[in-house]
Amino acid sequence: MAFTPLAKSVTFDPDARLSAVDWIRQNLFQNVVQSLLTIAVGYAIVSLAWFLLRWGLLDAVFVADGPEACREAAGACWAVIGVKYRPMLFGLYPYEEHWRLVIMIVIYLLTVVLSLWPRFWNLRFLVPLWIFAVTSITVLMFGGVFGLRYVPSNDWGGLPLTIILFTGTVLIGMPVAVLLALGRRSPLPFARGVSVVFIEAMRGVPLITILFVAVNVFPLFLPQGVEVNKLLRITVGIAIFFSCYQAEVIRGGLQAVPRGQYEAAASINLTYWQTTRRIILPQAMRIALPSITNHIIAAMKNTSFVIIIGLFDILTATSAVMQDPLWRRYYVEAYLFIAFIYLFFGYSLSRYARQVEKWINIGRI
Amino acid sequence: MLDTQTPDDAVIKVSSVSKWFSHFKVLKDVDLTVGKGERVVICGPSGSGKSTLIRCINRLEEHQEGHIWVNGVEMTDNIKNIEAIRRNIGMVFQSFNLFPHLTVLENLTLGPTLVRHMKKKDADALAMQLLEKVRIPEQAHKYPLQLSGGQQQRVAIARSLCMEPEIMLFDEPTSALDPEMIKEVLDTMIELAESGMTMIVVTHEMGFARTVANNVVLMADGQVIETGAPEDFFGNPQHERTRAFLDQILKH
Repeated sequence: MAFTPLAKSVTFDPDARLSAVDWIRQNLFQNVVQSLLTIAVGYAIVSLAWFLLRWGLLDAVFVADGPEACREAAGACWAVIGVKYRPMLFGLYPYEEHWRLVIMIVIYLLTVVLSLWPRFWNLRFLVPLWIFAVTSITVLMFGGVFGLRYVPSNDWGGLPLTIILFTGTVLIGMPVAVLLALGRRSPLPFARGVSVVFIEAMRGVPLITILFVAVNVFPLFLPQGVEVNKLLRITVGIAIFFSCYQAEVIRGGLQAVPRGQYEAAASINLTYWQTTRRIILPQAMRIALPSITNHIIAAMKNTSFVIIIGLFDILTATSAVMQDPLWRRYYVEAYLFIAFIYLFFGYSLSRYARQVEKWINIGRI
Repeated sequence: MLDTQTPDDAVIKVSSVSKWFSHFKVLKDVDLTVGKGERVVICGPSGSGKSTLIRCINRLEEHQEGHIWVNGVEMTDNIKNIEAIRRNIGMVFQSFNLFPHLTVLENLTLGPTLVRHMKKKDADALAMQLLEKVRIPEQAHKYPLQLSGGQQQRVAIARSLCMEPEIMLFDEPTSALDPEMIKEVLDTMIELAESGMTMIVVTHEMGFARTVANNVVLMADGQVIETGAPEDFFGNPQHERTRAFLDQILKH
């Protein structure tokens, strides 16, 4: 057998860099087919970019007193956002009380940013912080005290409603998910049975069914005169739905923790809860983190399901606002604005999760 | 109430213990007695039940027949008995089983603070003292996976010692180590033996057995084949099975 080298013998230079012209030739124009593809795709990209630039920027109307100014323009009518942003962001909430919602959003964002910062991961700080945030947000939203006008939760809408639904879902849903995941792997038959039945039953029905039950069926089971706030019922309904899926994600993480970890914990006599809290869960949550994040982002977008029970979250509020015959032609611009808000929150969440994974890898948390 | 009838002065007494993994009988009527301060080495071919036996002693496995007493407390289903026995026993595993998300120091102090309710400061001091003993105090703030295998195993030994046990069980402590790291772990174990610790060691390190053990036990097919002092066990084995085993592992 002869060993004749096919490849050219070369001396490898780790510092060598391709010149731009060489790179283009090698990667974009290596042969006829590739060159044709490059030209076709390049043409498509450039013309799309040019169209978007003209539509979105050059021919667009940014400020207008009325829809007339937009009618003559060939481009986008961003002015619609300036005119309609308040009902889009705040729904049916009384117009002159919108400042309360602005403060609410600021408090919320500050609380969340502080809570996500490892430096502040200390219950003595976080518990008071959240008690303050929840109390002040409740006061701001409902009013009825300190001379604030009372606003029933049926009138809430827009971004604050989306925020409340989403945050409530995660705050209630995550602990329940952890308990369900632990229950499903519990040595106690009762805990295991309850978890399995609950998870399988809730996963087996659509979210819409759960929302209808929360809104229409659940009140029938309450004794006369007892009423549970509709928004709370809905939040708990979505949270339960969320927790059943999240429980299965966490169970995947639990299963990935080696048996030796349990044995080592047993050999130093840790109890079940000590082992779970200090040894198993921290590792399981780290393993499951990408899927957990995935699910939390999905939960944020699922809040828009409340359209079917007549709540005006940010998406439904926008749809309602865009019924205005004067402005309805510009619904694309309005929806793009809302899409940007969803994107902002969704992308922030995924960037944060990436950062957490980095912290885990360098052993900071 | 704990059942505290003592069968005799042994620290560990295993009496006619049998265990099944579903239909497979892994331990067959095993008897073993370990006195205070005694070092017992258990060897034998893989699958012979030696790991299962010591895992039964602190209830990482459950035995189905027979009795196990540790310090006069019988191992039963009663969680109080299990905890009382585990309190006296430290265990070192083949795969170290350190907690990878905690630093070396946290690995050591977790048990003392949670189980023995020591103050954090005292637990830290105890942990550092034991890290000195296994000669890696400088690694206290690293994470286990940043250490070599030999260092990890020494941390695991220190973690067990933090619970101040009277008995240490070693389940093939050097089998997962690179050859150049075996010695540092064996040296640590020898020092421990010299301090009077009662030890049961499952290992293939016959040099260690020869120099440290009071008693060497050969297990095969779930049974104890031969027990003897090292000089008899290695110099004049009584059973054919022992001779065959020693031939296999000593001749190369």
